[in-house]
Formats: sequence, C-alpha cells, structure tokens
Amino acid sequence: MATVSVCQYHPGGFSFENCKRNALLEADITKLGFSSPAARKTGTTICGVVYKDGVVLGADTRATEGMVVADKNCSKIHYISPNIYCCGAGTAADTEMTTQIISSNLELHALSTGRLPRVATANRMLKQMLFRYQGYIGAALVLGGVDCAGPHLYSIYPHGSTDKLPYVTMGSGSLAAMAVFEDRYRPNMEEEEAKHLVRDAIAAGIFNDLGSGSNIDLCVITKGKVDYLRPHDVANKKGVRTGSYRYKHGTTGVLTKVVIPLNLEVVEESVHTMDTS
Amino acid sequence: MNTRGLRSQLKDSVPVTGLCPQAGPYGVQDSLRRGFSSVKNELLPSHPLELSEKNFQLNQDKMNFNTLRNIQGLHAPLKLQMEYRAARQIQRLPFLPSSNLALDTLRGSDDYIGFEDILNDPVQSEMMGDPHIMTEYKLGVL
Repeated sequence: MATVSVCQYHPGGFSFENCKRNALLEADITKLGFSSPAARKTGTTICGVVYKDGVVLGADTRATEGMVVADKNCSKIHYISPNIYCCGAGTAADTEMTTQIISSNLELHALSTGRLPRVATANRMLKQMLFRYQGYIGAALVLGGVDCAGPHLYSIYPHGSTDKLPYVTMGSGSLAAMAVFEDRYRPNMEEEEAKHLVRDAIAAGIFNDLGSGSNIDLCVITKGKVDYLRPHDVANKKGVRTGSYRYKHGTTGVLTKVVIPLNLEVVEESVHTMDTS
Repeated sequence: MNTRGLRSQLKDSVPVTGLCPQAGPYGVQDSLRRGFSSVKNELLPSHPLELSEKNFQLNQDKMNFNTLRNIQGLHAPLKLQMEYRAARQIQRLPFLPSSNLALDTLRGSDDYIGFEDILNDPVQSEMMGDPHIMTEYKLGVL
C-alpha cells in the first residue's frame, strides 16, 4: 500500500522503481571506496563495406567487463533477417536485445507485407527505438544487407542518428579500422578484395586497440546468399606451452605400501522406477 | 511508426501534480494508504526517461491523431477516438490482466513487439495485486 502503483495494473516494460535506491547505493558505495560492477561492454571494432555485388560486414570477437576480458569468442554479427545482418558495439546486452527485437518486428512486418524486408525499414525501426530511449540503450550498430534496391550499409549511433555510407566503422577500434578504409577503399571492389580489406581493418583494430581482440568474423551478404565466416581469421592465437611442469611417474620413491580392504555388505537393494512419460 | 517530431507535443504531456499528491479524502497527506511522502520524490522523476515512458503511448496517439486530422479532416480522428473509447471499455476485473486485443488491433500494435512484451511481463509477475484495493481504487472509493 505504499504508492499509487499498487492500486493500478502494471503494464510491463521498463520499471524505474529502483532508480532512486540505486542512486543512493551508488553514492554510499563510492563513499566507502568501492566501485559498483560494470556492465559487460563489447569494446569493439566493427566495420562494413559495400562492394560490387553486396556488403561485407566484419567484427572482432572480444567482450570486456571493465579491464577484464569477459568472453574471448563472442559473436557480434547478429541476424536480423535472411538478407540483413547487423554488427553491434557498446553494451553487449543492449545490442543483443535490440537486434533480437528488431529481427522479430521485421519478420512480422515481412509476413504482413509479403515481401523481403528492406534495409531501410530495419534502419528506421532501429533509429526510432534508440531515439525513444534517448541514448540510455548503449547500442552502436553497423547494419548491412542486400534487398530489391541493391546493397545498403548504415551506421546507427546510440542516440538514434544514422548515416548511410559506402564504408563505416564503429566501436573503440573504429579509428584504426577507418584509417585502413580511408587508405584502401575503392568503389565497386571485387569480393576477395573487399574481404581482404575488411579483414585488414579489423586486424588494425585488434592490434592497436585494447578493447578489441581475438578472432575476426566476416559476413558476406549478396543477393540470395549469405556467407557467415566465423572465424574467418584467428589473428590472436593463444600461446602454446613449450614445457610441462608435471612430474614423471616414479619421481618420488615409494618406501612402504599398506593395503587395507574395506568389506562392505549389501544390506538392502530396492529399485524405484521413474515416470518419464 | 511515428512520422513527426516529438518536440511540439512534449510540453503538453508533463503531468503537473497538485499541491499534495498524496491527499486522501480530507485533503491532507494520507500516510496510511499512500505511505510517507517527500517533496523531492514527487517533484523530480527518478530517471529522466520515467516521464517520457509513462506518457509515450499517449503522445504517440496524440501525434497520430493530429497528423490524421491534417490529412483527412476532423471527422477521421473523431471516429477513431470513438472506436478507441469503445475498445478501452472491454476490460476484465481491475486486478486481472486484460488482453486489450481490440485496442491493439485498432492501434496496429498487434504485430509489434516492444520491451513491454519482453521485460516485466505482467503475466509472469510473482505478485498479484490485492483485489479489494484495486477494485476500490477503480470505483473511486479508496
């Protein structure tokens, strides 16, 4: 009976009940000198490029939690529809849930229109949702796909602004990847050249940015075909141990050996059948 | 999906609470039924998104009706609002979840999935509202 909210029916969705309590706890914790746990981010390098027949999307595979690597092989290229894929940087949960929601909505929309969904539709849905939450959903996305009007590539920022460009990079390693793109991008490249360019851009992000690392994933989208190459390249191999610290059998000499048999007798045996229907 | 900006509608939607929002039937704050009150809690929202999220559906409807009025004339939103009013009256008892199917179909949100369907789904909440209090509130007796 504390507030009016008890008397009415809760509609669902985001609940702001604990915000004041969290703010107070945060203040108390910082006064004591500790810090509250950080959300898992994908300090990332993601990029995309439009080539002659379609779109190549690339991403690294490291997820960080503060200064610790939380996941060495996470998948940052999310499925939106059979012809549209989306790379996500920022808070990992936000990118995951946002792309899943938009994927479901796009599927319903495609069933309702009876056509293959267009990349501009996915872009519009994403930007309206992110603007509605004023940047509190930390998802920076690179959306790419091929539809009836050709290949398209969009970059979507957490506050809801979008750019439609032939090559885009996002994430903490975006500057390193953009440097590679600005040097070697040409319009109307061939598929192998485009894949090589994206691979080099992500490698630049992996080697020059602390938030990106591990493998390089690629996704090549053309009209009617999608190649999801995971991993396309293992750029950071974990080192192989050159020696073993295990002791060989017989290192420790045996002085005496005593064997005491434990005689157990079966007192009772019962079988219970489990109803697995 | 919205087609116009929010800025022109936003100023109409900030709720202005009265002098004593926790007033009971005698005008003073009603600690027994509404709990302890604090000016800071009532004036400021606990999160910048709280107000805009609470009024989001309302603002969307206002914007859509405005656009419809500009395109098709006054009769179109009037007729639609009459249908909305009728659909809104088809509810179950106050403490039971209603599907709002007619309202969803009118709004076009029956083929739209948002956070309200995934997070805090009222169907899966562990607590149920107290039927007596909720019915009394609905009837205005509380």
